[in-house]
Amino acid sequence: MKLTDEEEALRAGEFGPAAQWAIEHQIKVGCYLGARDFVAVSQAHIMADTESLGVAGVEWLERMARLPAEQRRLCIPTISDPRGTDFAAAHRLKQQPWMLELERRAIAAFEALGVLMTNTCINYQTIMPPVRGEHVAYGDTGVVIYSNSVCGARSNFEGGPSALSAGLTGRTPRYGYHLDECRSATLVINVGWTPRELDDWGALGGIVGRLAGDYWQVPALFGIDRIPNSDEMKHFGAALASYGSVALFHIVGVTPEAQRIDDVLAAKSSVHSYEVGEADIRAFQQSYAQTIETVDLVVFSAPQLSLVEMAQVAGLLDGRRATIPLLVVTSPQVKPDADRMGLTGRIEAAGGTVLSGMCFYQSYAREMAEANGWKQLATNSAKLVNIISGYGYKPALVSMEACIDVACDGGRIAR
Amino acid sequence: MSDKVFFATGGMGRRVEGSALVAKDGFSARYDLDRLRGVFTRPEHKLAGASYVGRVLVLDAAKGGVATAWMLHEMKARGVVPAALVLNAVNPIMVQGAALADFTMISGFDIDITQAIPNGAMVEVDPTAERPFIRLL
Repeated sequence: MKLTDEEEALRAGEFGPAAQWAIEHQIKVGCYLGARDFVAVSQAHIMADTESLGVAGVEWLERMARLPAEQRRLCIPTISDPRGTDFAAAHRLKQQPWMLELERRAIAAFEALGVLMTNTCINYQTIMPPVRGEHVAYGDTGVVIYSNSVCGARSNFEGGPSALSAGLTGRTPRYGYHLDECRSATLVINVGWTPRELDDWGALGGIVGRLAGDYWQVPALFGIDRIPNSDEMKHFGAALASYGSVALFHIVGVTPEAQRIDDVLAAKSSVHSYEVGEADIRAFQQSYAQTIETVDLVVFSAPQLSLVEMAQVAGLLDGRRATIPLLVVTSPQVKPDADRMGLTGRIEAAGGTVLSGMCFYQSYAREMAEANGWKQLATNSAKLVNIISGYGYKPALVSMEACIDVACDGGRIAR
Repeated sequence: MSDKVFFATGGMGRRVEGSALVAKDGFSARYDLDRLRGVFTRPEHKLAGASYVGRVLVLDAAKGGVATAWMLHEMKARGVVPAALVLNAVNPIMVQGAALADFTMISGFDIDITQAIPNGAMVEVDPTAERPFIRLL
């Protein structure tokens, strides 16, 4: 990679050992992925729940945090993805003291490094959404795909170590979605039926993700007959990123880089095209619930709920009572508003539990299943459905309204 | 080199030898594994139930989210880890995770590597060569 004088100085340790480690890490990654140089980034977002970090990862962070302050300074705003717990509700989830202790240690290390502990995967709805053309270093695949596609920003998937590196150096290797040539469509999807519910959008994302197949594919969709709102884009993007490891999509006439299909088709390129209709979306949803008669809990999470989703859940629960655990997970930015507007109170009065700053699958989901006897769950998140079976759960993908019905009917899934 | 050598476009980590565990399926440490027991647990995965500890994993593409960037480091620290990853297609997360963990990984072939390497075959993976490769022993 071609390095500037400042990057050579970083590499020589002139900005301290943390930044020196960071730029070496970035050079390794950049060389593997064909980056020719670095690009300056304006924000970083770090995924680092302690189930992923483990003891080894927390100790690694603590070593960096113990450096003298001037040797571990972040140089751009750097925020955090959800934690592995909501301390206020950990006992209700039957999380173990060792999990909470590890979380406390990780948080202390991040705070020492100057990370803003936003604990959210919906920063594009709540913190500071990036603008078109802005280069950023975001973790959490849902954050990256939304920022790239809906905002027109430029980021690759930056895992925790790389996002932290970007925070320390203020730059990231220039490859992938920082480059114009990687942002053209590689497959085209003709959508014959515009999704209605959030789980429909997630199912469409899952289908397109499976068709795309890997990180370097960019689907362009046409046929969507209305402008999706932010929550719909959120569920679509999160599922697409989860099922396909995809980081960028275009919706013709909707997303900023694709006002016309020709805007995102490279000249003389030939791309595969596919048709996706309502029957495909229904089949996708039904493929998860076929053998499930009852569930042990209902989870709204992945991504965290917006204020609008919180209001929808509260409205659906009014006058009803959940008879199985109903977990509603939102961000620390939305939670105070939900408290102030009475949404939290309405959800909890109906038997739900509102959780803040965590995400269900990032919170020791296997251990929670064993401690609580949870084996089967219902959710309206296609992303969660895709992830959670690896943790031993059997998931059903149904609408938000159906989730509430399930929660209030002892877990029975209506057919 | 014989015709049993398959060259990759990218490589990282150290030279290793081991028994190949092969499937035409993806890889995500978060989505697919019980990392404490060292087995594939995602029911839909073609290697569900198989132990990956010490094996050279030969799979199709990196899947899923960003957690693998930390998890390879954590798995290696506990010693419950594959010997190497060999993939047709990587995503940045696998590269970032391998870089942090000093983990052996190669990727990018002109053939489908999951069809070229028999399951259970002994293989050598050398990411340090001028052209990284996997070789049937």
